[in-house]
Amino acid sequence: MVDILDGLIAAFWLVVTFDAELWDISLRSLRVTLTALVIASVIAIPLGTFLAVQRFRYRRFVISMINALMGLPPVVVGLVVYILLSRSGPFGVLDLLFTPTAMIIAQVIIITPVIASIAHQSMRELWAEYHDLLISLNTTKRQRIMTLIWDGRRNLLTAALAGFGRAIGEVGAIMIVGGNIDNVTRVLTTAIALETGKGDFALALGLGFVLIGLAIFVNLAIHTLSQTEREGRW
Amino acid sequence: MTQMFPLTLSKVLVRRSGKVVIGPTDLVLDAGGPTIIIGPNGAGKTTLLRVMHGIERVTSGAVTWHHDDTAQHAFVFQSPIVLRRSAADNLAYPLRLLGYPKAEIAQAVDHWLNRIGLTERAGSPATRLSGGERQKLAIARALIRKPQVLFLDEPCANLDGHTTREIEALLQETSAAGTRLVMSTHDMGQARRLAQELIFVLHGKVHDVSNADVAFTRPQTKELAAFLRGDIVT
Repeated sequence: MVDILDGLIAAFWLVVTFDAELWDISLRSLRVTLTALVIASVIAIPLGTFLAVQRFRYRRFVISMINALMGLPPVVVGLVVYILLSRSGPFGVLDLLFTPTAMIIAQVIIITPVIASIAHQSMRELWAEYHDLLISLNTTKRQRIMTLIWDGRRNLLTAALAGFGRAIGEVGAIMIVGGNIDNVTRVLTTAIALETGKGDFALALGLGFVLIGLAIFVNLAIHTLSQTEREGRW
Repeated sequence: MTQMFPLTLSKVLVRRSGKVVIGPTDLVLDAGGPTIIIGPNGAGKTTLLRVMHGIERVTSGAVTWHHDDTAQHAFVFQSPIVLRRSAADNLAYPLRLLGYPKAEIAQAVDHWLNRIGLTERAGSPATRLSGGERQKLAIARALIRKPQVLFLDEPCANLDGHTTREIEALLQETSAAGTRLVMSTHDMGQARRLAQELIFVLHGKVHDVSNADVAFTRPQTKELAAFLRGDIVT
C-alpha cells in the first residue's frame, strides 16, 4: 500500500516537475506506438473488410489464423524479429536492430491481427446489413470495401484503439528488439521493467501511472476528435 | 435511350438448400405500365423480383433482357436499407458511385429531398428517420439515378395510410415519366389502384399474367379468382 502511495507521489512529481527524462521516454513511447498503430491499421482494416465481403476457398482458414494470431506471444515475436534483424539474419544489412524502427516492426506484427480480427467482426455485421443494397447498386468490390470502411469508421476506431492498448503496454518484444537503450529505445514499459529490476518500486509505479494516464488521454483524445458519442452522428 | 424490354425468363428455377423456391417458370415482360405481382405468402414474389433484377442467382434457366444495362434498373426492398449516413448522403451515394459532378449531385439531392418532404431532415442520420421516411428515402435513392426499370418489393408494407398514399403518388408520377414499375404487394386495393398488368404467382410459378382490368373483373383461372376473393389459396 505504501509502495502504491509512493508511486502516486512519484508520478505526480515526475509530471509537475516536467521531468525531462520522463517526457523523452513518454514521447518515444507515443511515437513508436502511434507509428505502429497507423501502419497496422493501414494493413488490418482493409484486410478485415476484404475478408468480410469476399468469399474465397481458404477464407475460413485465413480468418481462423488471424484470430489465433491475436494471442501471439510478444516474446516470440521479439525473438523472431531479433533473428531476422540481427547481423547474421536476412535483414541484418539494414542495421535496424536496437532502433525504434525495430520496435515498430515488432509492434506492427503483434497488433495487426488484433485490429484485423475486430475490424472483420464489425465489418461482417455491416456487410450483412448492406449486402443487398450494394449488390443491387452494382458496386465494385473496391466501392463496397470503401463504403463499409467509411460507414463503419467508428467501429473501426474501436478496433484501432484495441490495437493501441495492446501496443502501448507491450514490453517483451520491444525489450528484445529495442534493447532498452537509454535515450534511444527506452520507452515507458521497458523503463518500468528496468526500475523494478533495480528495486525502485516507487519510480516504477510512478512510470506505470504515467503510462496508464497516457493511454487514457490518447483514447479520450481520439474519441473527442472523432466525435464518437456526439448525438446525430455515427 | 436503348430499349431494355422485353425481359424474358425461360425455365427459371431457383433452389435454396435443396428446396425449390421458384420455377421452373417462364415470363415475358414488355415495356408498359406498372406491373403488380400478387400471390400468397411464400409463393415466390420476392424471389421472382430479385431474379429479374439480377441479385438472385438462378439454379437453372435464363433471364434475358433485350438490352441489359444494370445501371438502368433499381430495386427497393421491403425493409428499407439505409446507409449509416445522413438522408442527403444516402441520396448522393448512387450518383457518387457513377461519378457525377458535385454540383449535379447537390442539385439532384435537393430536388429529391424536396420531392419526398425531407428537406428539413437532410442532415439527419437516415437510421433515425421513421419507417415511412426511410422507405421514401430508399425510393428516392433508387429513382435519383433515373432508372428505366424500378423493382419494388412490397414498398408500403407496414406503412400508415398517409405515407402509402404519398408513395403511390410518387410511383404514379414515376410511371407517367416513363420508368417501368414492377412491384409486389399484398394489398389488393393498392394492386387495383396501380396495376396495368397483373402477375399472379403461386407455388413458385407464374400462374397467370393478364391485363389488370381483366384480372380483377374476369379472372382467367379459378385460383386467381379465389385469391382475389380473399380465399386462402394453397
